[in-house]
Amino acid sequence: MSVAVSKAPVTFSLPIRQRLFGRTEWIAFGLVVGIVLAATPICSLAVPFSSPFYLSTYALTLVGKIMCYALVALSLDLVWGYCGVLSLGHGLFFALGGYAMGMYLMRSIGLDGVYHSPLPDFMVFLDWKALPWFWQGSEHFLYALLLIIIVPGAVAWTFGFFTFRSRVKGVYLSIMTQAMTFAAMLLFYRNETGFGGNNGFTDFKRILGFPIAAPGTRVCLFLLTFLVLAGSFLLCRFLVKSKLGRVVTAIRDTESRLMFLGYNPLGYKLFVWTLSAVLCGIAGALYVPQVGIINPSEMSPTNSIEMAIWVAVGGRGTLLGPILGAFLVNGAKSFLTVSFAEYWLFFLGAVFVIVPIYLPRGVIGLFRSTRK
Amino acid sequence: MKPDLIETSATGAGAPGVDAKDTSNPGPQSTILYLEGVTVTFDGIKALNNINLLIYEGELRCVIGPNGAGKTTMMDVITGKTKPDSGRVILGKDLDLLRLDEPRIASAGVGRKFQKPTVFERHPVWENLELAMTTERKWYRCLHSKLTSDTRDRIEQTLHLTGLMPVAFRAAGQLSHGEKQRLEIGMLLMQRPRVLLLDEPAAGMSDRETEQLAELVESLRSTCSMVVVEHDMDFVARLAGERGRVTVMAEGSVLMEGTLEQIKKDETVIASYLGR
Repeated sequence: MSVAVSKAPVTFSLPIRQRLFGRTEWIAFGLVVGIVLAATPICSLAVPFSSPFYLSTYALTLVGKIMCYALVALSLDLVWGYCGVLSLGHGLFFALGGYAMGMYLMRSIGLDGVYHSPLPDFMVFLDWKALPWFWQGSEHFLYALLLIIIVPGAVAWTFGFFTFRSRVKGVYLSIMTQAMTFAAMLLFYRNETGFGGNNGFTDFKRILGFPIAAPGTRVCLFLLTFLVLAGSFLLCRFLVKSKLGRVVTAIRDTESRLMFLGYNPLGYKLFVWTLSAVLCGIAGALYVPQVGIINPSEMSPTNSIEMAIWVAVGGRGTLLGPILGAFLVNGAKSFLTVSFAEYWLFFLGAVFVIVPIYLPRGVIGLFRSTRK
Repeated sequence: MKPDLIETSATGAGAPGVDAKDTSNPGPQSTILYLEGVTVTFDGIKALNNINLLIYEGELRCVIGPNGAGKTTMMDVITGKTKPDSGRVILGKDLDLLRLDEPRIASAGVGRKFQKPTVFERHPVWENLELAMTTERKWYRCLHSKLTSDTRDRIEQTLHLTGLMPVAFRAAGQLSHGEKQRLEIGMLLMQRPRVLLLDEPAAGMSDRETEQLAELVESLRSTCSMVVVEHDMDFVARLAGERGRVTVMAEGSVLMEGTLEQIKKDETVIASYLGR
């Protein structure tokens, strides 16, 4: 270009690559990780029952469960907050990961089930003689891990490929995701499909040979969940700060402009969507051994809508916000359903009304706006 | 492209005696954009009716016409947003644009400015320009992409050219209307387009903003061919000058082509503007 006639001295510099965090944020992140890793085993295994610092198995399971939800919220934020695709069907990916893990745990029961058969109890009950083909090999842990990643990923990719390629957007896409999880739920409810019907998978005894209810196993599962959550947070942060993240947010804001600049949004959307589903599946796989059951109600549309509420409460497009939102809403849920069982739904309804009006940027928006 | 096609369409476009060699482009004229017999029908109404249009390399062509003449539809067809019922759209010598989708057409060198300024409002100005760079369109290559010094130079050049240097780090949504228009043009320039389509760039702008825009468009003459659709006749007069060619569209086809002077005198043009 024959430009730059009056090129002023360069008084500004563009960043070569945007950093993940500033120094204080890294220190805060390191502190949280360090404290949780050190304190959890001590507080739950070494401290006596009477101590105020004692962490009961109940508390451990509750927080572990909420961390799984937080991972779901994080993965949903990636597609909704950054890519503008509101999924009301992430419960499906969560459940798929959960079922893959659940079948491994069923197979680990071995001969200790009610019927002392190598087949899972529900199959004996249905008078099945052999394992269905799609559950072959599920007794191997590594194969289960593979299923946990590949099944939600493949389902998401296939769904995404056809919808994104047909340029389905907005509320239509949300309705389709909702229909998708609902259809899957109906399928999983049926006894003959091989997913345990409405009871799902439960009565797990051990994982990798360790007794599943033992405090030591619980602590390990808790810490594993925490590390996966922390790692996924870093991964998402890296994606969001990369050029890919900038393109994805541009898709969210003005997709047509991006297309007329020569980008094909399909690849970007598919990548983010599939990654989100995989993270969600991993969350489901971590959830099942801690909670001890997986059944088709996890795929019910209301569950998926609740996931969107966690993200909205925490603050869309902030990564940290949805994690916070999952803790706040589920913390309130555990408290209210125990103490004031009849008020929980009123509370959820009130949150649904108040948050979009007074906190359009979520809880995290409160901190951000006061700081600036 | 066969040479006889060029001749028929040039005469078919109805521009007798007007010499299009108004730019600094010497020698025989080569075409950059060529529409032949393009028809688009919406619900039985012909938005474009067998239109023929020929844009030469390096030309700045103004297109005017009353509302509903099909100007925006024509841009939609060129950029791949609308697929025509029939006709041909050729870029350069022989690239058939009707076979390509929007991103591929853009990559082939057709830049389009929307009627309403369309930028990435939440991204800073410089990131808007970065996103518009022609490199790294595949998602997996964006994961590790860094700003090279070449990219930074290009971004800085474009910031100077569009006069957006002082607001480089501001979110694009906070810019004024005129600044957004210039940013969008800047984004198109980052792609190094062969043809730039500007859809009513001066609409809704103050006089000063229009003046800045005209200067910017003038300065781009040497870098690419341009098609400017515009209502503002002062702006058209400024861009076309005395010898630049202006196309008048009406009811989905080309009514007339010529210099602004010739067009103003033409009976059919006057009738089409005043007759409704």
